Amino acid sequence: MTQTSQRSLRVLAAMSGGVDSAVAAARAVEAGHDVTGVHLALSANPQSFRTGARGCCTIEDSRDARRAADVIGIPFYVWDLAERFREDVVEDFVAEYEAGRTPNPCLRCNEKIKFAALLDKALALGFDAVCTGHYATVVLNEDGGRELHRASDMAKDQSYVLGVLDEKQLAHAMFPLGDTLTTKDEIRAEAERRGLAVAKKPDSHDICFIADGDTQGFLASRLGGPAEGDIVDESGTKVGTHEGAFGFTIGQRKGLRIGHPAPDGKPRYVLDISPVNNTVTVGPVEALDVTALTAVRPRWCGTPPAGSGTYTAQLRAHGGESEVTAELADGTLYVAFAEPVRGVAPGQAVVLYDGTRVVGSATIATTVRRETAAAG
Amino acid sequence: MAYLDHAATTPMLPEAIAAMTAQLAVTGNASSLHAAGRRARRTVEESRETLADALGARPSEVVLTSGGTEADNLAVKGLYWARRDADPRRTRVLASPVEHHAVLDAVDWLAEHEGARVEYLPVDGYGRVHPDALREAVLRDPDDVAMITVMWANNEIGTVMPVRELAEVAQEFGVPMHADAVQAFGQLDVDFARSGLAAMTVSAHKIGGPFGIGALLLGRDQSPVPVLHGGGQERHVRSGTLDVPAVAAFAVAGRLAAERREHFAQEIGALRDSLAEAVLRAVPDAVLGGDPAPGGRLPANAHFTFPGCEGDSLLLLLDAQGIECSTGSACTAGIAQPSHVLLATGTDPDLARGTLRFSLGHTSTKRDVDDVARAIGPAVERARTAGLS
Repeated sequence: MTQTSQRSLRVLAAMSGGVDSAVAAARAVEAGHDVTGVHLALSANPQSFRTGARGCCTIEDSRDARRAADVIGIPFYVWDLAERFREDVVEDFVAEYEAGRTPNPCLRCNEKIKFAALLDKALALGFDAVCTGHYATVVLNEDGGRELHRASDMAKDQSYVLGVLDEKQLAHAMFPLGDTLTTKDEIRAEAERRGLAVAKKPDSHDICFIADGDTQGFLASRLGGPAEGDIVDESGTKVGTHEGAFGFTIGQRKGLRIGHPAPDGKPRYVLDISPVNNTVTVGPVEALDVTALTAVRPRWCGTPPAGSGTYTAQLRAHGGESEVTAELADGTLYVAFAEPVRGVAPGQAVVLYDGTRVVGSATIATTVRRETAAAG
Repeated sequence: MAYLDHAATTPMLPEAIAAMTAQLAVTGNASSLHAAGRRARRTVEESRETLADALGARPSEVVLTSGGTEADNLAVKGLYWARRDADPRRTRVLASPVEHHAVLDAVDWLAEHEGARVEYLPVDGYGRVHPDALREAVLRDPDDVAMITVMWANNEIGTVMPVRELAEVAQEFGVPMHADAVQAFGQLDVDFARSGLAAMTVSAHKIGGPFGIGALLLGRDQSPVPVLHGGGQERHVRSGTLDVPAVAAFAVAGRLAAERREHFAQEIGALRDSLAEAVLRAVPDAVLGGDPAPGGRLPANAHFTFPGCEGDSLLLLLDAQGIECSTGSACTAGIAQPSHVLLATGTDPDLARGTLRFSLGHTSTKRDVDDVARAIGPAVERARTAGLS
């Protein structure tokens, strides 16, 4: 395997206004590419300033990106993709929660915005590639095909949120941060050395379109105010009330406000959310153990695997790896875990790896529990 | 490299740079009484006389400001306040809908905060206000009009307004009229005395002078309420220590702009015509914005709409080839918005997104035109593939 070729390309660098994408753009220039910076305006009514580490896409972020582009010495534009983002990411996020699932909007954004809407426009305008500040690696295999791999530094690896990219999208993706062993401090030092004022800017880790970080409040405003419903145990006995099923996540323990202690005196966790009858099911921690799952909407970073195979699976952006056996049948991915795993929620993405290579991903539809089977 | 964005700012004239740098080394506040102050004051007053001469005004009618935006704000807000204070019935402001944001947003602010009732005057397909339309608007109630503001020439599509005829209507009813002449100065005959205007805005950096200096030409019988309060400089209308080097350079640029105007209009007008021809030849379905008649538009302005393109994409593609121009419209947080000027002329909003403004100036050459002629066809073709996403 070799690194991707270094011939000079016309590169469109997506610049969020953060330190990673700024350093990525600078590295692309240094590698000899002809780079143009673009900030994506994703909110129809952007806030003026960002507060701390929350969100992005404020006017201040746009200015930070422009300032970085000016220092790097590349042209800079702001592209308004707010409408596409609203349709493909925000509405999808709300609809998923409404259906009782737990979506990851970053994956959707990479699939539908950065490496679709943005990439399509870039290609039409004569660019060869889109460059982002993600920590992941693209390598060429012996057949000349492109493979997506985990970043050299596992601690910062972001290949999970890129697991939705197909072969065509990958063919035009550039991740200059993924193939060097650099800690975040080193990236900041590099930004400082390059004269980029974003060097000290805090990372953003919340959902970018929920600026105040209050996901429940956002969902309540979108899905209607509190709608009281029952909290039941595994036998269906009412053990409490809640103010809207969409406010819960599978595996959640806090904030259940269950009046009566469970018979065994042990804490109760959210096992299932049923928006249809506005019911939240709780149970003991063991009941969270998932032994298998089915997932839909598979996306493959190359040829889809044939037959049954063994892989490692990642189920959350910062989750660990689990040994699995997976098989694709009629567009549905069947995954069986070697050891039970906890905190698996429909709506999340399961990303399959072969070593460090991303094989593909799919959206979790149903889970099989060790003791009880719960449909999502 | 083809710089075709002179309406945004034009290179400083060497003579203006010389005047400015000479003054940068000289000490003196023009308000001081000692020798250094007297020297500075002499420079300022001679500059004022030069500017007055260039603009057909009396020296006392030149109120120096920090630029066009401040002059527009002073005229719009100051005249509104003064007229309303004199008679509380006067709260109606008549404005063209194609004004620069420095006027438009000031007018809107008066509506939001000062009880102004803003009426936007109708414009034709070229963005022009007709004197009859103004008369009709005033006649609805001549006693309640606070002020009128209509720009001399439009900064985006270059359409020239019939300012003298409009000012005649205003004078007939005793209503002060202001005109933003930032784009017109140096390209059209903007004689203040003959215009019949009560107030007129000009800016230095659009005519080869420095940034950060402009003037409001203000009739001697006009006493707008100040926006800036302080030391009482500039007829007590605009307080603040004068920037002597900038004032001196503005005067030099202003004098040269007036002296060279006819020649400039002829030469640059011809160059602009060849640019327009070349663009329309390369892209036959492009639409020339504004009035196509030579006398109806600024000689240095060429504005186009390219159906099916996003102006931003064109900008990116041309910039990559060293051609610097503008979409012509203002942006919000860097996001291109359909131009309010084009929307006012009745242009379809989707069409209004695909605009480019080429504005020529004293450094423009035939080579610049040739560069555009070569690049525009392929750029439009490519931008169309990218579409209006």
